[in-house]
Amino acid sequence: MGGSSERGVGERRSTDVVVGIIAWLAALVFFFPVFWMVISSFKNEQDANTSPKLFFSPTLERYKDVTESTTGLLSFREAFTNSFWIVTVSTVVVLVLAIPAAYALAIRPVPKWRDVLFFFISTKFLPVVAAILPLWILARDFDLLNTRLVLMILYTGMNLPLAIWMLRSFFQEIPRELIEAAEIDGAGLKGQLASVILPIAVPGIAATALLCVIFAWNEYFYAVQLNPAGGSTIPIWVTTNISTRGNFIAKLSAASVLATLPVVLAGWLAQKRMIRGLAMGAIK
Amino acid sequence: MAVQPPAWANAVTETGRPEPGPVPPAASRHDELHRPWRTRLPLLPALVFTVLLTQIPFVMNIFYSLTDWTIVPPLPRQFIGLDNYRALPDDQFFRDAARVTVVMTVSAVLLSLVLGTLLAVLLDRAFFGRGIARTLLITPFLIMPVVAGLVWKNQMLSSLYGVVNWVLERIGMEPIEFVSRYPLASIVVVLVWQWTPFMMLIMLAGLQSQPAEVLEAAKVDGATGFGTFRQLTMPHLRPYMELGTLLGTIYLIQVFDQVAVMTGGGPGSTNIPYFVYQRSIGGGWEFGKASAYSIVVVIASIIVATIALRVLSRLLKGEEIA
Repeated sequence: MGGSSERGVGERRSTDVVVGIIAWLAALVFFFPVFWMVISSFKNEQDANTSPKLFFSPTLERYKDVTESTTGLLSFREAFTNSFWIVTVSTVVVLVLAIPAAYALAIRPVPKWRDVLFFFISTKFLPVVAAILPLWILARDFDLLNTRLVLMILYTGMNLPLAIWMLRSFFQEIPRELIEAAEIDGAGLKGQLASVILPIAVPGIAATALLCVIFAWNEYFYAVQLNPAGGSTIPIWVTTNISTRGNFIAKLSAASVLATLPVVLAGWLAQKRMIRGLAMGAIK
Repeated sequence: MAVQPPAWANAVTETGRPEPGPVPPAASRHDELHRPWRTRLPLLPALVFTVLLTQIPFVMNIFYSLTDWTIVPPLPRQFIGLDNYRALPDDQFFRDAARVTVVMTVSAVLLSLVLGTLLAVLLDRAFFGRGIARTLLITPFLIMPVVAGLVWKNQMLSSLYGVVNWVLERIGMEPIEFVSRYPLASIVVVLVWQWTPFMMLIMLAGLQSQPAEVLEAAKVDGATGFGTFRQLTMPHLRPYMELGTLLGTIYLIQVFDQVAVMTGGGPGSTNIPYFVYQRSIGGGWEFGKASAYSIVVVIASIIVATIALRVLSRLLKGEEIA
């Protein structure tokens, strides 16, 4: 980590205290909206819809409200199940497609591998909005509107370039000798992947998968355009808790906490790995 | 980092092989002939999938953009050549949307890059509870964009119950209904809140990859902290800054969620993604025109992308030079 521990002693102490105070202030400011959202989710609507107050009698009622199902409305259970399957399947498919591709770009590079890599990255520059109309028409014609399948396909496409980009850099760090040894033993692509590459690259693959999960879980644009009436995901469910009549801030906060919790927890637990993944995937 | 050769480059120099990647020693002529396909095969599924999913919609879009297709009223679709494109520059709403997109993207990317760099410099030093502070700081990046927009709109910026306005009142100012009075700035605030942590992570990775000996040597030579930062750290961070700018631009040029939940594309905050949506499946149903808009967006993005990819290409080339 940072070099401070090795730097000079005494004189550094005081500046480090100042740095620490500023950094902590910044951290609290940045975290405050999240903190406030969590606080509001334990309020009743009167306490939430008033001048900001920190002290109130906390209640879990709002969580009960938002997880209750009402006929005809998108329920939390349904949205969560949809999101769970869409995110899981798309992430698995991304890895199944990206791992061999990254192999072909890093370990046994195809001719013009740089052009191929560029092609993958360049698709991320195509504005999503430019594709949504044809995608909507295709989905309609194939009867895929409001199905889980359509989002599984699109999220796979959305995350694939990023995954190939990151995995390529992780695969490049695998010592060549190990792969050559496996090759001499007669291992094909599958054998090399199973015996050498995957075991070494597990941290990198985990970081890649995590980013795919975050992006897919949080995705709203495709979901709201293609699946407003069925196969709807958690981000859509959050917005259904906005009410045009009456107060909704506490309820919306409870829904927001439930919607963000899985990704925030995963991100917190894997942050070191993710930092490495982002930086290496990016620069290397 | 950019200056380290990839693993296979080492293999080449050590064994003196001209081609990257070892050829099995006893390869027969038959194997040689089939090698290109054997190496390409693992790439094909991903390549075919990506080509189908990205290029087919694009071609369809070009076709639609040359027609006067509207769903409401449901008239027969006619080929009208470039008329949709000719009408574009006169469309005041399109020009506004283009301006909003540029302002939104540029200001959000620059502000989050500057703030992210500052925070990374702080986090690179040792202080009490650094791990927890970092955890708190990265959280906004993990928050679902729809939720981020809603929390800021309803609980931070609202003139009635918003925390920001509560603070303003305490210091003797009038409450401001930020989202309706300054819609673009309000959205930028949320984008900066979410993307500063991302930039911070990238810059932190850059700072921590600086060789400690170089910094140590600078100190022995009597360099001041600021001098070291300006002359050693900044040049070292440049590729990381370029990368942050590049990735930030790719994502921020396409912002839809925050616009949708905060202003619903109200005046002054409709960017091009939201505009195309409004004109097509969001209620306008003018598929011909909307397609022309999106083709223009693609062309603009390709220009931005070409510049960005040149940056990337330099990063990748750097891999081999060293």
